[in-house]
Amino acid sequence: MTISLPYFFSAVAVMALVTYLPRMLPLVIFKKKISNRYIRSFLNYVPYAVLAAMTFPGIFSSTATPVSALVGLAAALVLSYLGKGLLTVALSATAAVFLTECLMKIF
Amino acid sequence: MIHMCTSDGDDDMYTDTAGPALSFRKGLRDGLPICLGYLSVSFAYGMMAVEGGLPVWAAVLISMTNLTSSGQVAGTSLIFAGGSLLEIGITTFVINIRYMLMSLSLSQKIETGMSTLARSILSFGNTDEVFAVAMQQRGRIPCQYLAGLILTPYFGWAVGTLLGAACTGILPASVRSALGIAIYGMFIAIIIPPARKSSAILITVILATGISCVFTFTPVLKQLSSGWVIIICAVLAAGFAAYRFPIDVEPLEEEQL
Repeated sequence: MTISLPYFFSAVAVMALVTYLPRMLPLVIFKKKISNRYIRSFLNYVPYAVLAAMTFPGIFSSTATPVSALVGLAAALVLSYLGKGLLTVALSATAAVFLTECLMKIF
Repeated sequence: MIHMCTSDGDDDMYTDTAGPALSFRKGLRDGLPICLGYLSVSFAYGMMAVEGGLPVWAAVLISMTNLTSSGQVAGTSLIFAGGSLLEIGITTFVINIRYMLMSLSLSQKIETGMSTLARSILSFGNTDEVFAVAMQQRGRIPCQYLAGLILTPYFGWAVGTLLGAACTGILPASVRSALGIAIYGMFIAIIIPPARKSSAILITVILATGISCVFTFTPVLKQLSSGWVIIICAVLAAGFAAYRFPIDVEPLEEEQL
């Protein structure tokens, strides 16, 4: 299969534009503080809702098997509950997945 | 960079709320876990792009101009299928609409005097993960911190794509699989500590998780693209929390979000 260069460049330009605009417009338009109490509260909760929705159930298909993902999730939950930093939690979850998958190969 | 970060005044109420800690250097460092997670995700993207028939430079070009995982994967698949520009545009846009919500939230978190130029440039790097880490900081976000926070992941995203595209076999499958969870580990580290302290945040998290699972596993609903699912989860869960637990005083300045 060959992809023509003009088509490729137009497609990439379109993709870049529709990715950039939703990121840029609100940041450039809303320069003042929004005073409405409900909207302020809503925007305050948005990050947690977004992150939770992206993590679950996506995390279970992020590794080779759901079992290793479950072990990684458990490690991340315990360490973050204890207040460990982002890098520590991310690396520990990665290590937990790696070890679990190694063990699963042996047994 | 220094020039870009000069604010155009109108900011005297907020300039010192962020404190001295949110420097460019701290931004670079806080971007490291994101960079690490990106390496694995973009590695997978690079492999996928080259296996589908794109040359290495094309995969890297897409990564460096788009800087988004799901949108790139969808767009690239459509390029392979020879989709029309309209189709590519609409599909990628729908996946990316969620960024409007995040950028709106971020607009209330950055220094109010940040210039339009700085906003236009930095918004390019407002990915899910950069947004998450930025919103976690105490006080108003200054330009230089955000710039640092974007730069490390941007580098990771480009290099990961290059490695994935150029040398598909460089990482053993076991390592790639394990790295797949890194981003999620980071998300969990961001949501758990505040959810432990605030029942309102805990309820937001549980609601969003529940709704997200419903949309992933229910027969008809699961056909909805992930971009829409995230928007629906955010609007319902954060909307309910804001109605049930409104915040009175200046939450974005006083509390660690």
